[in-house]
Amino acid sequence: MRARTAALALAAAGGCGTSNQSALDPAGAQSQGIAALWWFFLTLLGAIFVIVMVMTLLPLLRGPRNAGEPRLTRVVGGVSVVTLLLLFGLVIVSVITGRATAGNTPPGRHLAVEVTGNQWWWAVRYLNDDPSRIVVTANEIHVPVGTPVLIRGLSNDVIHSFWIPNLQGKRDLIPSRITTEWFEADKPGRYRGQCAEFCGLQHAHMALWVVAEPPEQFEAWMEHQLQPAAAPPDALTRRGGEVFLSHACVLCHAISGTAAAGQVGPDLTHLASRLTIAAGTLPNNKGNLAGWITDPQSIKPGNHMATVPLEPEDLQALLAYLETLR
Amino acid sequence: MSVSTEWRTHVAGEEGERHELERAWSERGGIAGWFSVTTHQAIGKRYIITAFIFLLLGGIEALLMRLQLARPDNGVLGPEKYNQIFTMHGTTMMFLFAVPMMEGMGVYLVPLMLGTRNVVFPRLNAFGYWMYLAGGLLLYGAAFSNTMPAAGWFSYTPLSGPQYSAGKGVDVWAQMITFTEISAMCVAAELIVTIFRLRAPGMSLARIPLFCWSMLIQSFMVIFAMPAVMLASTVLLLNDRTIGTHFVNPAEGGDPLLYQHIFWFFGHPEVYIIFIPALGMVSSLIEAHARRGVFGYPAVVLSMVANGFIAFGLWVHHMFATGLPQIAEAYFTAASMMIGITSAVQIFCWIATLWTGRLRLSAALHFVFGFIFIFVLGGMTGIMLASIPLDLQVHDTFFVVAHFHYVLIGGALFPLFGAFHHWFPKFTGRMIDERIGKVTFWILFTGFNLTFFPMHVLGLHGMARRIYTYPAEMGWGPANLLATIGAFTIALGGIIFMINVVRSMRAGAPASEDPWEAGTLEWAASSPPQNYNFVHLPVVGARYPLWADAAERAVVTGMRSDRREVLVTSGMEAEPEHRLVLPRSTPWPFLAALGFTIGLVGSVFSFSWYFISAALGAIGLIGWFWPHQPVEIDP
Repeated sequence: MRARTAALALAAAGGCGTSNQSALDPAGAQSQGIAALWWFFLTLLGAIFVIVMVMTLLPLLRGPRNAGEPRLTRVVGGVSVVTLLLLFGLVIVSVITGRATAGNTPPGRHLAVEVTGNQWWWAVRYLNDDPSRIVVTANEIHVPVGTPVLIRGLSNDVIHSFWIPNLQGKRDLIPSRITTEWFEADKPGRYRGQCAEFCGLQHAHMALWVVAEPPEQFEAWMEHQLQPAAAPPDALTRRGGEVFLSHACVLCHAISGTAAAGQVGPDLTHLASRLTIAAGTLPNNKGNLAGWITDPQSIKPGNHMATVPLEPEDLQALLAYLETLR
Repeated sequence: MSVSTEWRTHVAGEEGERHELERAWSERGGIAGWFSVTTHQAIGKRYIITAFIFLLLGGIEALLMRLQLARPDNGVLGPEKYNQIFTMHGTTMMFLFAVPMMEGMGVYLVPLMLGTRNVVFPRLNAFGYWMYLAGGLLLYGAAFSNTMPAAGWFSYTPLSGPQYSAGKGVDVWAQMITFTEISAMCVAAELIVTIFRLRAPGMSLARIPLFCWSMLIQSFMVIFAMPAVMLASTVLLLNDRTIGTHFVNPAEGGDPLLYQHIFWFFGHPEVYIIFIPALGMVSSLIEAHARRGVFGYPAVVLSMVANGFIAFGLWVHHMFATGLPQIAEAYFTAASMMIGITSAVQIFCWIATLWTGRLRLSAALHFVFGFIFIFVLGGMTGIMLASIPLDLQVHDTFFVVAHFHYVLIGGALFPLFGAFHHWFPKFTGRMIDERIGKVTFWILFTGFNLTFFPMHVLGLHGMARRIYTYPAEMGWGPANLLATIGAFTIALGGIIFMINVVRSMRAGAPASEDPWEAGTLEWAASSPPQNYNFVHLPVVGARYPLWADAAERAVVTGMRSDRREVLVTSGMEAEPEHRLVLPRSTPWPFLAALGFTIGLVGSVFSFSWYFISAALGAIGLIGWFWPHQPVEIDP
């Protein structure tokens, strides 16, 4: 018990309680339902645990009891039946919550987003019947508050697991299969998620962000993402664009509106509009971007981004160009 | 409940017979003799010591992981080393420590508790040990040659497949499983037959000691579960890797979920294979230290049997996140929670026993109380994990890491340490220092909860499993530091325990036959037992023969003592049926194991070595079964 109290105190003091990536700080109906179920289970089972411990330790405080075997049999049989009934109740509560929170498809109108796991980043496509309105991005999903979002999960290599604890439980992304889950964000915010199925060397650095916005803001974001990359405004950024197209970058990355159409790495059309780079590993700013391009292997050892040797002027130009990809 | 020294003397027998038995059951000295040993005490001890060494290796790996995770963005181990080490930790603890340790305790104790002289297949017993040792040496030999698997102890495909796990690490992992599973199957077969047919006359089913019941149930589980893991690791995974079959490789049209189903059809029962013997130990410890038989013996036995059956219906709860149909998920939730009922019945029976017994607060009983605390807490989080919505949040997080260490360390390691303190006088002939034993308990108990309790909180706050590092902003640092401090506390407890063992073996007080005044037959043999256990095989008329009235006691006469004879009794009522001559000790089981080992190690590199394995193994088996003398079965 001492350990338990200490740990709870520590959790409170140690800042574990930030909203980032916590199942206990729900921001949507689904995670809300699960969190409520958690507190119900914790209270009930915690109370049972305390009772069982008291009963176990009591014989240490008092001498042996001379209860007759028939009486003991009745007591033990009785508590066993109570246990059975309690567990039966928990199954029912659990199944009811499961039906309410974990359906494979949302009822009615929804936004469908295809998420594809890769070692070690997330490809994101907003599905649309009109192919010209399909948004492609990576490692960041913007969603409107109050609209159900269907996640259609795929994988290009090994098994990954899509998990945004503040919004919903996890769903594995399995090569050769399609898995789905859905959630609905209740309040605007940025919610961190992380790959939950061990997927190799850089499993630890495979995070993503869900940005929940008011619908108008989301629509504006969507419209902006549909635009091709803006033409470089000045000589430096124009040179940066040429550096991109004339080096290995172009083999893996796509920038719509240019000749770059690589499909191996994340789409960079609106790179500068994202919160992080390298799948949630670093905040997206010029310094980090420079470090990432210069030496990706020291930041995320073993990842599949090639180290591309660049002259310092070329690097500066490339960075300036990438900064224009808003 | 007075102990009849008179009966003991009778069991101890006369000088002449004793002399003949000593000759018949003696083992040859020298190196050849060492490789020929087939007595169950020697092989049981080899299992226990070998498994303990693997526990230390797995423990060192755990400490390395905890060092890496002690603070955010730490650089003690890189991603490659970290992934290798957590794979080795899980693999070592499951396959090379936990199961073989339980098998070793069974091999040592079951014949003594049943009142017989050896297991029924002594050479198979030796063969099983050598295969286990070879598997462990294969994995660690490869590891020290810088070939380590890094795909987790579960080796999910396609991550473990040829495209994503280059090198030989995963192949070695897969073939190591073949070795340890062959070993477990050998022990299972010999214990089942031993428990059914070599019981002391009069030991009907309702008089079998609870530890023997637990080993019987565990052995049946081994026979049904282990073939599944060999199918998964060798047939599906290893063949996909070495000869390009397409079973579970999605790039070739295989199905990665098929692998998961088959692996967990083994993987879930595996957990119960580890902790059901521990439940048997807890019953034995409580009986001896509460000085009464367990309350509700039939309920305890039936609960363990039910546990064994239900264990095969739960595997999908490891796969809830793969998105199965809801109706199937509801079934597996209900099945998983049923384990709560069978476990609760046993806990209630033990509490009733503690309430009505006269407690001796020994070190062993300390570990029993620690077991109940930790195991019940782990059971509570187990019920949470059975609920699909909760599982989808905490699956593959540190919450699960906390849960299964609570049930496995609490459910198996604490009973095991209690068992070490309890049976130490029987194993060594000396008493273990009780005071240090209690200190060991408190350090382990504190260290354990310090390490693993904070992990519940970490998991709920989003810390995924198997990540080699985490950013400081996540706020997981303090709880991780606490867990690391706890891990080193556990290590300290382990060191104190080992010091206590060494000290007590050298200078502990000499132990009598029955220092705890316990009721089961292993305490009628000398401490430590002779190779033949009993001069005259006991006849039992009660569940706790050493607590029974003097009038109930008798011994078997008319057995030949100049050869290795045991008495075969009927399966239900244990009525004497015939005498069986056990084979002499021989190095052939070792040579057969060596032959299979050469071939199976080669098969990691080329499929054709399977044929060499079969040929070399066959040579060993021919020598093993070469008829030296007609097997005599007297009526």
